Amino acid sequence: MSAAGRDTPPAIEARGLSKRYGPLAAIDGIDLTVPVGQWVVVLGHNGAGKSTLLRMLATLLHPTGGNLRLFGAEAGRSDAAPLRRRIGFLSHQTFLYGHLTARENLEFYARLYGLADPEGAALEAIGAARLSHRQDDRVATYSRGMQQRLAIARALLHRPDLILLDEPFTGLDRESSSRLEDRLRQARGTGCTCVMATHDQGQGLRAADRVLGLSDGRLTLDAPSRGLDPSRLDDLLHGSSPAPPPRAS
Amino acid sequence: MTYLRAVLLVAEKDLKVELRSREQVVTLLFFALLVLVVFNFAFDFTVIDFVTLGPGVLWVAFIFSGVLAISRSFQIEREQDRIQGILLAPIDRSAFYLGKVAATVLFMAAVETILVPVAVVMFNFRFNSQTALVVLAFILNTIGFAAVGTLFAAMTTSTRRAELLLPLLLFPAAVPVALAAVKTTTHLLAGHPFAAYSHWVLMSAAYDVIFLAAAVLLFDEALEE
Amino acid sequence: MSEPAEKPPGTAWSGLTEQALFVLVAILVPVCLHAIFRAVPTEEKMGVVQRIFYFHVPSALAGFLGVGLCALFSALYLWRRDRRLDLLAHASAELGVMFLTIVLLTGPIWARPVWGVWWTGEARLTSTLVLWLLYAGYLILRQSTENPEQGARFCAVIGLVGALDVPIIYYSVEWWRGLHPKVLKISGGQGLDAEMAKALTLCSTTFILLFLLLLLQRVRLGRLQDEVESLTLVANRRAPYTEPA
Repeated sequence: MSAAGRDTPPAIEARGLSKRYGPLAAIDGIDLTVPVGQWVVVLGHNGAGKSTLLRMLATLLHPTGGNLRLFGAEAGRSDAAPLRRRIGFLSHQTFLYGHLTARENLEFYARLYGLADPEGAALEAIGAARLSHRQDDRVATYSRGMQQRLAIARALLHRPDLILLDEPFTGLDRESSSRLEDRLRQARGTGCTCVMATHDQGQGLRAADRVLGLSDGRLTLDAPSRGLDPSRLDDLLHGSSPAPPPRAS
Repeated sequence: MTYLRAVLLVAEKDLKVELRSREQVVTLLFFALLVLVVFNFAFDFTVIDFVTLGPGVLWVAFIFSGVLAISRSFQIEREQDRIQGILLAPIDRSAFYLGKVAATVLFMAAVETILVPVAVVMFNFRFNSQTALVVLAFILNTIGFAAVGTLFAAMTTSTRRAELLLPLLLFPAAVPVALAAVKTTTHLLAGHPFAAYSHWVLMSAAYDVIFLAAAVLLFDEALEE
Repeated sequence: MSEPAEKPPGTAWSGLTEQALFVLVAILVPVCLHAIFRAVPTEEKMGVVQRIFYFHVPSALAGFLGVGLCALFSALYLWRRDRRLDLLAHASAELGVMFLTIVLLTGPIWARPVWGVWWTGEARLTSTLVLWLLYAGYLILRQSTENPEQGARFCAVIGLVGALDVPIIYYSVEWWRGLHPKVLKISGGQGLDAEMAKALTLCSTTFILLFLLLLLQRVRLGRLQDEVESLTLVANRRAPYTEPA
């Protein structure tokens, strides 16, 4: 993929990362290193902790244990703002304001990110999402697929180095799904890093270099996606081996 | 991206969304008006002087509509996880808070500017130079109300009893501004000199500053789910 | 920390303190009752109802101690993120509400025969009521949160805001009534009869000790609840996996 030198810090470096809700550990001591340029898919059932993990990586949730470094910088409680500039986050929720038009939505986010030319950036992103003809209509009048396209445009508006995707394919028809895949492939060409959580194994395997399995807040699988037999995936994910297998190099 | 620009950006967005949902603005105004009407029936204002009861009646109308406005303003952010979109942005989270407070105060100020003259007409009081000051007095206290309300709404909207919990927590906490608003307005309507109620104005200002500062420090804790 | 069986540090110490407090309170309560009903002379103007004073004032002290401790532990919790501090804050708030309830119940019983009214706008009484409402809200908020960690954070915010609000509420309520006549001069003023002062000190001490005893017990109960919850979780989690994979 990308030529990540040996001395460039990894995009994600988590040590003993945990998130406890009282006695319940949503994420239970995860060690994870993702080099720059790698595309990782996180598989797991609902409630396995995928969303929690992603939201911690996005600095949306504060870990209750362990530590997290993104691009070599501590993702602390107080000074995560410069780091957030490098993160793009997309979930099946659109984060868009239905009462505002597509252009107003994207301009608002462009300004929040302090982009140099917010109007231009918004128009360009709308064009890339092929929504120019509807750019001055309220987002509430869009179809689900169009909203998701705009949501992708929003997430990638500030050209993030780390893309975090939380079940991005949920609720999309086939056409929108393939559009999303195209868009992601495009982003991958620019050398950014990506972590995607999904319960759709086929979709996940196609898109990634590396597969992580998450179960009860712990990593149960860590393997390169190449040569992984999709039919054996369920066994690997929830199978007999309780200890995580050695990490992929 | 300077801090102040982030505040203004959030406030502008909030007001735009608020005004776009026109039915919301109208409903809130109508609701506040309805409270006045109910009081108009409940008390015989030909016997009771407006100076005695009017300020209290008006403040009740404002806090009822205010608590709805604050709750709704945060509910909008929770829908579609929009709040996460904002939290992901590289801005200070307290800027988001101050932006929302500013939008709420402006919105409530508009409601107050409309409702005070309506009340003067409805309760057969007279317009004088003090009427404008009455609006200002209400706005001063609305700042404190919105400051605490927005902090609380950030928390209550992510709990199971969102609509009920906000007034439950906010009304007791906002007792000082409620008393200050009513007393200041009463003195104003009665035409007393500033010295008679300056301590109330000071207290309102102190309340505004103290709780804005406290909320700026505590807001991060209130936002996380 | 994740193993529920292991005893948290400090358990032995708090267990011993709890027992000592229990014995102390068990001895002091009958002594208080004797002091209130036998030893202390009847107040000449107010009559026998004035004896409720020895419950009313110490309850107020314990109630305000609860509110104060809640704010203190809330601040410490936000700093250290320690579950024990949160349990202490929660227990303080609960006890605060309980003792303030006693204050609000005994106040009118005392006021009716003495002042001729059940309720007055007296600043202390009214601000106690506002405070009671605020902390009752705190307890309801705790019941309504999605998880204990969220409850701890949210309640810590309310605890701190509430404590900041207490003096402002007090002054606003006092100014509201204008300069009202001090019907009762409890602190200083006309001065209490020596016997009365002694009984008040005794009762106050007893109530504070009772407060501390209940606080320790409530925290212990909270920990046991946590333990039950984590054991339930472990049990539920193991169940599907013990079946043949």
